This record gives sequence, structure tokens and C-alpha cells, in this order.
Amino acid sequence: MNALLEVDAIDVAYADFRALHGISLTVAEGETLAVIGANGAGKSTLLKTVAGLLRPVAGQIRFDGHDVSRTPAHQRVRQGIALTPEGRRIFGSLTVEENLKVGAHGRRQGPWNLATVYDAFPLLAEKRSRRGAHLSGGEQQATAIGRALMSNPRLLLLDEVSLGLAPVVIADIYKALPTITAKGTTVLVVEQDLTQALTVADRVQCLLEGRTVLEGAAADVTRKQVQAAYFGVDATEGQEDE
Amino acid sequence: MDWINAVLQGFLLGGQYALLACGLSLIFGVMRIVNLAHGVLAVAAAYLALWLVQQTGMPSFLTIVVVVPVLAAVGYAIQRGLFNPALRHGELSPLLVSFGLAVIGANLLQEIFTADSRKISIGDLSTSAVDLGGLRLGVFSLITLVVAVAVIVGLQLYLSHTRIGRAMRATKDDPEAATLMGIDERHMYALATAIAIGTVALAGVFLGMSTQFSPTYGDLVLIFAFEAVIIGGLGSLWGTLLGGLVLGVAQTVGAQIDPAYGVLAGHLVFLVVLLLRPQGLLPKAVVA
Amino acid sequence: MSAPTTLTPMSSATDLKVVRGGWPSLAGGGVLAAIVVFLAAAPWFVFSPGDVTNLVTLFALIILGTTWNLMAGYGGLVSIGQQAFIGAGGYGVIKLADVVGLPIPVAVLAAGVVCALLALPTSFLLFRLVGGYFAIGTWVVAEVFKLVTQELPGFGGGSGLSLTAFQGVDRVTRIATVYYLALVLAVAVVLATYLLMRSRVGLGLTAIRDDSVAAASLGVAVRRSQRLVYVAASGGAGLAGALIAVNGLRVSPGSMFSVQYTAFMIFIVVIGGLGTIEGPILGAVIFFALQQLLDAYGTWYLIALGAIAIAVVLLAPRGLWGLAARGRYEIFPLGHRVHPPRQ
Repeated sequence: MNALLEVDAIDVAYADFRALHGISLTVAEGETLAVIGANGAGKSTLLKTVAGLLRPVAGQIRFDGHDVSRTPAHQRVRQGIALTPEGRRIFGSLTVEENLKVGAHGRRQGPWNLATVYDAFPLLAEKRSRRGAHLSGGEQQATAIGRALMSNPRLLLLDEVSLGLAPVVIADIYKALPTITAKGTTVLVVEQDLTQALTVADRVQCLLEGRTVLEGAAADVTRKQVQAAYFGVDATEGQEDE
Repeated sequence: MDWINAVLQGFLLGGQYALLACGLSLIFGVMRIVNLAHGVLAVAAAYLALWLVQQTGMPSFLTIVVVVPVLAAVGYAIQRGLFNPALRHGELSPLLVSFGLAVIGANLLQEIFTADSRKISIGDLSTSAVDLGGLRLGVFSLITLVVAVAVIVGLQLYLSHTRIGRAMRATKDDPEAATLMGIDERHMYALATAIAIGTVALAGVFLGMSTQFSPTYGDLVLIFAFEAVIIGGLGSLWGTLLGGLVLGVAQTVGAQIDPAYGVLAGHLVFLVVLLLRPQGLLPKAVVA
Repeated sequence: MSAPTTLTPMSSATDLKVVRGGWPSLAGGGVLAAIVVFLAAAPWFVFSPGDVTNLVTLFALIILGTTWNLMAGYGGLVSIGQQAFIGAGGYGVIKLADVVGLPIPVAVLAAGVVCALLALPTSFLLFRLVGGYFAIGTWVVAEVFKLVTQELPGFGGGSGLSLTAFQGVDRVTRIATVYYLALVLAVAVVLATYLLMRSRVGLGLTAIRDDSVAAASLGVAVRRSQRLVYVAASGGAGLAGALIAVNGLRVSPGSMFSVQYTAFMIFIVVIGGLGTIEGPILGAVIFFALQQLLDAYGTWYLIALGAIAIAVVLLAPRGLWGLAARGRYEIFPLGHRVHPPRQ
């Protein structure tokens, strides 16, 4: 399998706080990887770094074989990396449709356009002329994912899709994921909701305090193993170096 | 009759103020920068037009074709070279930088063109008027008002319906999220400033055709433009148009009472609006 | 296993030494005090009357820089309209001395108080604006002050007023009076600003500057502190204006209400170092020296000042004092320093 994204031993720091230590991961073209871990494990930091909002202080990020560690975020979008950020970050004064059109700003060609996004998220079609600030949490999340898809990404980064949403709404949104992957999009999802993560992902990687503590095919890891890794009690590996 | 005339003349004057103010409104709307070099740039545009007329014998109105793109390019460069780096140091820095620019600009103009008052000649147009039942409306003032409305409608349509306009509004809402859409924030800011300074240049040429101007005239331009923006309501281009008209009427009616009170009356109306309706007359009704 | 089970025992608070200032600050303060003593003695043996008159301008600039910094550097209020109070102070002192008949030093102080009183109602209008819009709003107020002054009967219209209270006083006495008054007021304004910043008001304002989110949640208290700062700084601008008027012996609306003063204040504070007590003093001295040296170059001098200010904002945002002291050294210590216990 051809590796689309290779994160190679990156360190990321905010001011004087080191948020990620030597994280490595690989996402193959076409697969869905779920990165899980508790609050503060560094998941959002990882996605922001891949998207280009943060720069690693050490290590390298390769996209489709090219080093993009120093590429600004807006150019990474044009190369095919799209992030649905934590907190959704919908443009409040723009309508749903305008939010989607802004998503297509980079004019990458691909399967996604207004029609296909409305097909994948029917609830958006009804709300197309509503302003972002007046949407419910679920509608905002759907808009955020749709907006990211409009850039026709090869790699879609989803950050905490379920955060603050009711279970029904979460299920509704995740229903669109197979449609997305069916179009060949590679997905890297960060999720606190274990059930969803294990359902949608091909592989799972678990972070704890900025380090990888568990990795495996989603079908092979048990919920118990993940929970153990999640809370930092002894799981598959237990080295305490550094 | 005098009073009706004063109000009508005020509307026409207001057109000029609105045209001067919409660039200030746009830059603030998109970047939260208050550009204190705004007035100086308008006056610089007037001087550039004057220079073109004198050097090339170009018809006065044709200078717009040169002056607007040149000043827009200057605006782009100012944003990329000075305001964008200043924004990294917080809100205070762009303000201070723009003040430095205003001082440099006014003194450079004085050095090049002397402190004498000038005017761009427009021939008979400056005196021709339409007679409206005993009221004389200056043709040039009418043109200015029409241009002001056209510029504001044009800006509004541009922001609402074009790819770049949408990207500007998105960047205004959330600059970081905008970069995730493939938008280069610094370029977008520079485009917004270029457009804004382009409108300022247009306003400056019209100003130079209607009044005597000198290098320090930019101070008054900045104050009037600012008053129009605040009276109308921050972040609303339609409000800026209304604010310009209100300010113009206040000044001409004030001057009707006593010629010395014109400008003062405008300031007082501004302060009264601030006191009674600090959000302005048309706050944030529309985008930008 | 990477559970955070072991906590290194924290040093107990008593082991730490919390220090403000210390001997380097005392030394710096000593040098400044020596300069003040020298300045106090200097007219007797060094300076010509012309120099003495010029130095009054320097002292007025120190007051203007210090008070503008109090607003912008500590209060987060950028005003480009303090010429309102410079003008009011200038016109005020002439009216108080010539019409009311107050002795000059009293009239200067009273002019400062009048300006502070004028600033209070003004603040209720202007505080409806924030950031850059507050800035231009202050300018509009200054223009209103100017236009009203021109129109008021007995204020000399566009040509202004002359000070007559000094008539009959011999030149040396007059110059000395103004010189010492200006020196005392400059020292007093700097010390008062320092003490204000060390008080609870100052601590609150420093908190705003360092954390706007926390400041927003403090709302009302912040607004009150900012108002206090605005009123005090305007009183200071009034004092400076009064000094300029009694030094120059005449005022006109065009010069006293000129926005040029704002340009000077911004240059002084930005070049010296925003948000420090020392910066505006250093900035005023540099500005004054440049003015004396380059005044003959007229507009080019102002162009250069503008360019220098922009360069400092972009390249050395903490100003020359910030560059020199690297944030570690303070003559007027505001911060505390924590020293770990000696091992």
C-alpha cells in the first residue's frame, strides 16, 4: 500500500509546553485511521500540525512522498489536505452555501461539489441560506465536513466530530463517512467517542500524553485494550523511557 | 428656501464624504485596522492626478484610470510590507504604523508639491448646475454622489457574490479557519486594502476636482471619513453612505446658521450620535 | 507505564525570595536623581537663557510622553487627541493668570486640574468607542475644543492670546520661575505615574495588558481604571500645555491644538519603549536632541521621525529602552522577581 501521509517523529511545542513527543504515524492511501486518546493527549495538536497550523520543532511530515513540514496551511489545502477543525470554526456571517463555496476556494478538481455534498448531508440542503452563526451544533459539524470536502481533499482530517453533539446526531453525521471513503478519500479521524472510532476506522492508534501507546487494526484491538491505553494503565506496551 | 437648499447641498457634499469613507470602513471591517493614513492617501491621489494633468495634459477624468490602480498597488504593498507584520504585534501596532505613514506622507507631499493649495481643473463642469425649481444643484456634486452610490453598491455586490469577496468575509470571521480553506490570509488582507485604497484614490481625485487641497488636507479627510463611518454604524457600507449624507447635511445646515459653524456642527452631530446611538444609525445591517 | 505517580516535592514558598528592584534599580535611580540635581543647579553656571527656555520644552515633552504612555502603554487607550488638553491647558493658564490673577505656578497647576475635570465628562462620550475608533474620536474632540476656543468671545479667535501676567517681571526671574516649575512638574509627573502603577490600579491595568480575556471578565473595574488613567493623563497634558504657554508667552489655536503634538508623543513613547516608565523619558531626550539637531531640515526631519517610528514598531516593538534593558532591568521597578533558594 502506498503511504499518503507519513508523520515521522515530530515534536510540537506551544510556547514552552511540549505537546507532542516523537509521534510517528502512517496513513495509507484510501484507509481510515482513528487516533484516539483522552483530553490533552495531543490529538488536536497532531491534526493541526498535519494541516499546517502548527510547525513541528523536530521531525518531518511527508504528504504523498513530499516533505510538507514547512508548507503553509493554505498551500497544503491546495495539495489536498483538508482539516475539519476542533470547534468546527464555521464562518458565522456566511450562509451554509457560502461556507461550502469558500471551502472550494482552492479550486481543486474532484468528485465533490455543492450537489454531491448536499447528497451526502441532506440536512444541509434545507439550511443552505441560513447563516453559520444560527446553525445547531450538528448542522455546524455537517457544514464543516462539507466545507472541507469542497476542497476535494485526498486526505481528510476530522477533529472531534462528536464533541458536544447528541448521540443521534453523531450517528447521523458518521453515516456520511462511507460515502466519503467510497470516493477514495483517505481519512484521519481524531475521536474521543470510542464506539464511533472503532466502527469507522480501519486502524486505530492511541495517544497518551503526547506519545503513542497502542496501535493496531480496528478489528483486532479490543475495547478493553483501548480503554486501558486511554487511561494510561498497563496495556500492550508499558515502557517508561525518556 | 435657503434651508431646503442647505439640506440638498448637504446631501451632495455627503456623497463625497461617503466616497471618502467606504475604504476606511472596508479596511476596518475586514482587518480591524484603523488606517490613520487614509486621508493622506486621498490627498496623495489628488496630487498624482494633478501632476498627470500638468505633465501629460491628460484630461482630468482620465487620470482616474492611472491613479486608482497605482494607489491600489500602493495599498497592497503597505498591507503586505507594513500592516501584516504589524498585526503580529497586536492591535496597537498597525495604528501606530499608519500614523507614522500619515506623518511621512503629509511631509513628503509638502516637500514635493509645497504647502500651497491646489485644485484640479475640470473646466465648465465646476460651475455648471441643474436648476430645480429655483434650487441649483451642481452637476459635479451630483456626479460625485452617483459615483459614491455606485462604488458602495459595487463593493457590496463584490463582497457578496464573488469568490474573492466571500473569501474576504470568511477571513474576517476567522482568519485561521480561512487558511484551512486554502485562503492566504496575508494576500487576502492585502487585496482588501488594495480595493479600499483604490476607492480612496477615486475619492481623492474627486476631492481634488471640487476643493482646494494642500498636503495637510488629509487630516480633515480622515476626520470626516471617520465621522461618516461612526455615524452610519461600524461595519456597514450602507451605514457609511447614510453617515456621509448625515454629516454633509449637518455641515451645510450648520454653515447656513453661521459660516464658521459648518465643520463644528458636523462634529457635534457626530458626538450626539455617539452619545445617543453609539452603535450608529445602521449597525451591521449587511455584510462587511 | 507513564502514569504521573511521582511528584517532585515543591519547594516551599518560604524558600523563595521575591524581590522588586534591588540594588541595580537603586543605582539607576541614584543616577537619575543626580541628573535632576544637576539640572536644578545648572542654570546658575552652565546654560544660557536660551538653553533654559529650550529645556522647558524637554520637560514638557517628558510630561507628555509619560502621560501618553500611561494611557497607551498601561491603560490600552491610544489617544491621538491629547492636544485637546494641551490647548485647554495653554489657554487655561493664560486666563487663570491674566484674568483671575493667580500666581503663575498656581495657575499652571490649576490649568492641569481644569483639564482633568474636562476629561471626565469627555471620557463618558469617548469610552463608547474602542481601539482605533477611540483614537480618532479623541481627535474629533480635540477639533471641537479648537473650534469652540476660536469662537468663544475673549479667546482671541484665530490669532490667540498673549500672556500678560509676566509684564513687569524681569527676564531672568521669569525664565527661572518657568524652568524650576517645569523641572518640578516633570519629576512629579514621572514619580506620580510610577506610584500609580505600583498601586492596585496599576496592578489591575498590567493584568489587562497581559491578558485581555481575563480583563474582559473584569469589565467594570477595568473601565474605571482606564477612566482614571485617561483623566490623570489629560491633567498631565494640561500641565504640559500650560508650561508651553508660559514658556512661549502666547498661544494660538493652530499651534496649541495641533495634531503634531500627538505625533511627538507617539514618537517619544514608541521610540523610547511603550509600557515602561523609563522609555518615555529616554524617548523624550532622544526626540529633543533630534529636534535640536535636525530642526533646520524641516519636513525631512519629520519624515525621518515617521520612518524611525515605523521601524521601531516593527523591528523593536519594546522600544530602545526595551532593547537596552532587555526587560530585565528597571530603574522604576514594577515587576517582582522570584529568586530560587540558594542550594
